[in-house]
Amino acid sequence: MSVPASTPALEVRGLVKHYPGVKALDGVDLVVRQHEVLGLVGENGAGKSTLLKALVGLVVPDAGEIRVRGEAVKLRSVVDAADHGIGMVFQEQSLVPNLTAAENILLGGEGPGVRRGVYRWDAMRRLAQEQLDKIGSNIDPLVRTDALSFADRQMVEIAKVLRIEQRSQHPPVIVLDEPTSVLESKEIETLFAQIRRLREFASVVFVSHRLDEVLEVCDRVAVLRNGQSVGEVAAAGAVPRELHRMMIGSTGSDDHYHENAAAVVESGQPRLAVRGLSGTSFQDVNLDVAAGEIVAIVGVHGSGREDVCRALFGAEPVTAGEIWMDGKKIDISGTRAACAAGIGYVPAERKTEGMVGPMSVAENMTLAKQRARCAGPFVAPGKQATVVDRWIDRLSIRTPGRDTPIQRLSGGNQQKVVLARWLVGGDIRLLLLDHPTRGLDIGARSEVYRLMRELAASGVATVLLADSLEEAIGMADRILVMNDGRVVSEVGCPAGGKPSPLDLVKEMV
Amino acid sequence: MFAVLSPRFRSIENVQNMVDAAAVLAVVTCGITFVLLMGSIDLSAAGVMGASALTVSLLVANNRNDNDLGLLGIGVAVLLGCAFGCLSGLALVLLKVPSFMATLGVSAVGLGVATLMFAGVQPNISDAMLKGWAIERFLGLSYLTWIAATCVLVGWLLQRYTRLGRYAFAIGGAEEVLALSGVRVKPYKVAVFAVAGAFYGLAGVMVTSQLGAGLVQAGSGYDFSAITAAVVGGTLLTGGRGGVLHSAVGVLLVVVLTNGLVQIGVSPYWQGGVEGLIVVAAVAAAVIPQRRRNQVVK
Ligand SMILES: Nc1ncnc2c1ncn2[C@@H]1O[C@H](COP(=O)(O)OP(=O)(O)OP(=O)(O)O)[C@@H](O)[C@H]1O
Ligand SMILES: [Mg+2]
Repeated sequence: MSVPASTPALEVRGLVKHYPGVKALDGVDLVVRQHEVLGLVGENGAGKSTLLKALVGLVVPDAGEIRVRGEAVKLRSVVDAADHGIGMVFQEQSLVPNLTAAENILLGGEGPGVRRGVYRWDAMRRLAQEQLDKIGSNIDPLVRTDALSFADRQMVEIAKVLRIEQRSQHPPVIVLDEPTSVLESKEIETLFAQIRRLREFASVVFVSHRLDEVLEVCDRVAVLRNGQSVGEVAAAGAVPRELHRMMIGSTGSDDHYHENAAAVVESGQPRLAVRGLSGTSFQDVNLDVAAGEIVAIVGVHGSGREDVCRALFGAEPVTAGEIWMDGKKIDISGTRAACAAGIGYVPAERKTEGMVGPMSVAENMTLAKQRARCAGPFVAPGKQATVVDRWIDRLSIRTPGRDTPIQRLSGGNQQKVVLARWLVGGDIRLLLLDHPTRGLDIGARSEVYRLMRELAASGVATVLLADSLEEAIGMADRILVMNDGRVVSEVGCPAGGKPSPLDLVKEMV
Repeated sequence: MFAVLSPRFRSIENVQNMVDAAAVLAVVTCGITFVLLMGSIDLSAAGVMGASALTVSLLVANNRNDNDLGLLGIGVAVLLGCAFGCLSGLALVLLKVPSFMATLGVSAVGLGVATLMFAGVQPNISDAMLKGWAIERFLGLSYLTWIAATCVLVGWLLQRYTRLGRYAFAIGGAEEVLALSGVRVKPYKVAVFAVAGAFYGLAGVMVTSQLGAGLVQAGSGYDFSAITAAVVGGTLLTGGRGGVLHSAVGVLLVVVLTNGLVQIGVSPYWQGGVEGLIVVAAVAAAVIPQRRRNQVVK
């Protein structure tokens, strides 16, 4: 059966999915043409992930229709979807870390690699190599997956997803949910090259919150708002502002980083003073942060900046060095002392370190206070509810209510709750932010930036590991560049006198 | 260290003793390793071994009845172990009973079955072959030891070259990913418990050979020792890391240690306690590299 080139690879009509208290999808229409890269954008909780999951059979829609190459289908499982040539690259945690790349690529469809339950390793290797060759990757198929870098793992995932070609004779449709959020800019380039390559023999649906990125790699961009399709634009000639306007239904502000609201930095005794801090992946780090100051640490993967940040919170073993808060030396062998000293930490890996999945939004938000009693006495239940509601409102966290389990929220909204945890206390003195805007939409990001400014103005010192160089430059008063575990330079970054990203990149590599 | 403290520890005889003593434990540990790799735990060894010991001693030539099934009887005992394993696995995947509870229950059932068969009169075996397993030697080691070595080899092949073994690893590594890849994990879980059960069944037969009689308590203590050995060898209780060869090394370490303690004159009453300390220490040592993730244990 041949399909005319004009028939869409995939067509979604009036898709509806209700969850208790939310309409995740409220009549979505979407067309994916053959050999195109379609961008999908929308605010946090707009329904992007839910839509993608419906396309691969992980979510069964309440109403509506999915057509594959003109034919209406019911997708009840990932296997169903694969049979129709639709596959998904998941954002995280979708490879088995202790198996080889080959096994992961072939998982569940080993074919001739396994005969009567017995592995033929040479056949496994060959089959996996074929998949890797398709994307031009030179990863060794027999290496263990947890020994690979993030970017390589993503390549393995793409190679794995391309296995669906074996199941249907038609060009596959590959959907990627926020694939770039955990990648470095260089890795992103590789991924984009890969996506362009995929276009030759497949259709791609791509979700990201970085609109410039979406416009760069996509042919067409569809916009979701509150579970509804609100329009689409051709990527050529479009600008991020236009997309943003469609996403939120009004024009956002241009002063993204609120640069003019930068707090006045007090000179004198620094709020945080770090002397000669060394650990397994960093050496001799010195760092001063004054009250009201935002200091960004930049560096590539493996520069050790994440570990320094964790060490400041006592969550990473150090071999030498001292940490002083307001002139008082603090014990850094555990997180309790850090909490007691008024240090707050927003981890990057919110799934594993930042939240307790089955607990409610309210409980997750007030966890820090209850656990370590970092900040004074308990909040009375009634008062706590109002405080939580106020932060839900301020960060526009999309949730049916404060009692909803946090795991039901969309990725970006979970991140907002984790962030709010350190803000509800109100007596934080130093905030360590490890990629605080990862996975947040523009509106929420802007709100986080504004909050950071407000906190700085009230005297909070901030250490920021930014998601991008632009973010670091936009927000920071001062930038430290780390390379290979050492601080290699320090760049002043006042409003009006910002360095260019290129200057920083030179120092980083 | 023990060699310094006691000259007897070094003797050839003692080495042979140690290796022979390791045989049964090695077989049990092989089975339990697969379950641990999945991140589950199996406490059914003692009960399953008891049931298998009684079964085999009543099926081969013995003083209680006229049966003389020989190898077939041994096969039945192993299959019985397998069936008990299935039971644990089914309780886990169908009734969603946590593995430690399901296997504890199965262990009790096994002991119950064994007690029923025991019926107050100890069956002494007279089957020459089975008795010979413990006595006859080949290249200086008893047949039981060779059986154990074969089991380790089979276990290693299972783990390295079969889907069952690889999926046991994968289930311990990231179970949800298997589901996302369209793999149905439940049959594999049941199969892993069944394989483990078969190993326990064989171990029960081996103990019967050593004792020359079928005892309800044939497997008592082996469940804990096997977990100790597996963990000492480097198989993680959280699943996904380690393996049969690791466990085999663990078995040798545990046996050497126990034997050493006896040789230097430590009272056997202390040994249980020492073993307990070892397992906690080994688990603690194994998780130190992961400590930085601030992970919580349950
Ligand atoms: N399993 C679930 N149970 C209840 N509600 C859910 C569930 N999954 C998603 N939702 C809700 O559906 C809405 C859409 O969520 P979805 O994850 O699709 O958003 P998204 O567009 O991917 O957002 P983000 O950019 O933050 O990832 C959200 O309001 C979310 O709370
Ligand atoms: Mg999402």
